[in-house]
Amino acid sequence: MDAVKRYFRSPAAIIGLVLLLLVIAMAISAGFLYPRDPLALAGRPLVWPFSNPRFLLGTDNSGRDIAAQIFYGARISLLIGGVATVIAILIGILVGAFAGYYGGWVDNVLMRITEAFQTLPNFVLLLVLVAVFGSTLTTVTIAVGVVSWPAPARLTRAEFLSLRNREFVQAGRTLGMKDIQLILGEILPNALPPVIVYASVVMAVSILLESALAFLKLSDPNVASWGNLIGLGRDVLRVQWYVSAIPGVAILVTVLAVSLVGQGLNDALNPRLKSR
Amino acid sequence: MRILSLAGRRLAASIPTLFLILIGVFLLLQLAPGDTVDALMAQMGGGDAATAKELRQFYGLDLSVPAQLANYLWRLVRLDLGFSSIYGKPVATVILERLPPTILLMTASLSFAFFFGLLFGVIAARGVNRWPDTLISTLGLVFYATPSFWFGLMAIVVFSVYLQWLPPGGFEDIGTIRTGIWHVFDIAAHLLLPTLTLGLIFLAIYLRIMRASMLEVLNLDFVRTARAKGLDETRVITRHVLRNALLPMVTLIGLQAGTMLGGSVVVESVFSLPGLGRLAYESVVQRDLNTLLGIVFVSALLVISVNFVVDLLYARLDPRIAAEG
Repeated sequence: MDAVKRYFRSPAAIIGLVLLLLVIAMAISAGFLYPRDPLALAGRPLVWPFSNPRFLLGTDNSGRDIAAQIFYGARISLLIGGVATVIAILIGILVGAFAGYYGGWVDNVLMRITEAFQTLPNFVLLLVLVAVFGSTLTTVTIAVGVVSWPAPARLTRAEFLSLRNREFVQAGRTLGMKDIQLILGEILPNALPPVIVYASVVMAVSILLESALAFLKLSDPNVASWGNLIGLGRDVLRVQWYVSAIPGVAILVTVLAVSLVGQGLNDALNPRLKSR
Repeated sequence: MRILSLAGRRLAASIPTLFLILIGVFLLLQLAPGDTVDALMAQMGGGDAATAKELRQFYGLDLSVPAQLANYLWRLVRLDLGFSSIYGKPVATVILERLPPTILLMTASLSFAFFFGLLFGVIAARGVNRWPDTLISTLGLVFYATPSFWFGLMAIVVFSVYLQWLPPGGFEDIGTIRTGIWHVFDIAAHLLLPTLTLGLIFLAIYLRIMRASMLEVLNLDFVRTARAKGLDETRVITRHVLRNALLPMVTLIGLQAGTMLGGSVVVESVFSLPGLGRLAYESVVQRDLNTLLGIVFVSALLVISVNFVVDLLYARLDPRIAAEG
């Protein structure tokens, strides 16, 4: 309860939460506000925003409603960001927990692999994965998750290293608990808070990675995503710059909201750091 | 000398990592639909199965996967990255041609982000929780959330289309031939927007770290001592705080080298710069897997060398590190 109270004491955290709820509301309401396919032809191409009440945000190069694409795009961004984050955090916890708990050669091997992933620029690896497995919604989401796990893994490992010889763990060991029980039941719950807070960073980066991929026309072309729309708008950038500008603002707001909420959570859960 | 051997040991430790990456990506690319010969045949406008078989034999693609891998690694040791059938040149030549713009772009962006991150971080920390701090911290958050390619596009709209101050893309003006200092100015004008675009997110990260690090160091005892002995605030900051607060910033350069290289893929595509990042994108689109593997190798090498330099810098800034090693 204390943490909740602390969270709502920070104006930045409240702004972040409001913005995030707004984006979630957009994603939920897309279906009944714009029941038609957002990628279907809706009217004349390149109608400027606010010039036609039917298309509040105008239309793109091929006459599709930009507002509808923005609403449906919220779904895609949150979906990809959310699922990729879950994938990255799960792999990260798995690798970090085993490396930190067992130490020795297990730690050595796992950290070598982590290092390899960190040495290779993650966007280059993302390009390789997309080149190999193609660019559907599923493969792109998994690929974004797969390139983002090293940082959570290192964080989990550090937590496990500091916790594995604490008294409560040794008590569990004397009670005859198995390693897996100790890892999942005893250490993990204590190691989790910083990793959960870090998830907001992973989610912000995931959304940015996917939109960059979509902008390069390497993400799924058959869904309405903000990155796709920016890439499309690039062809008419000189005059109808709004086609690219509007979805960019949507990405900015979403990533900002996720970061602010993450920072608010961090300050609420680690009150000592805040006072510095 | 001690510093060198310490950094050298870390460099040697990264060789297995490099091989791990190469073997991993090589095996991954075996799963890709189509190989070099398919790409080549498509380029030639198709051909019969006999030609394809001959070509596969020529490129050694008819061998088993482990044999191909062994071949590849053996060629790598001799710095032979293979042949790009799309560009009709050895991969090493293609990559070397594309390397200078990327290195120039990365160095410029890093310097920009580091310098202004340091400056803004110090200003924010000096006025903590007052309006300069609030303004700088808010800007930092917004910059962090801005997709770089979108910022680049908007910069093109403002500075190239409306104001017409700067060129919208390319590495140099090919219409007129310039020499000497004018050539340098020309390239600088072309790189200004890409540098800002790539550096923006790193500026945000650096200023946040610098601010936190300054606040931490400002509370330490030796700073109080420096103030107590009557030094003015500027001297306290420049002589005592800055050097110690700089350490996390330097660490960050090494950690972010890969991210920056990844970011240049996008930025080079926005500004059509003929660099390594754009080559990576092109080789994905054109299924030039040999070149893609070569880029993986070179970018890993780049990240490792940046970390080597960071190790050296680090030991210089904090003599304790070299002494302990």
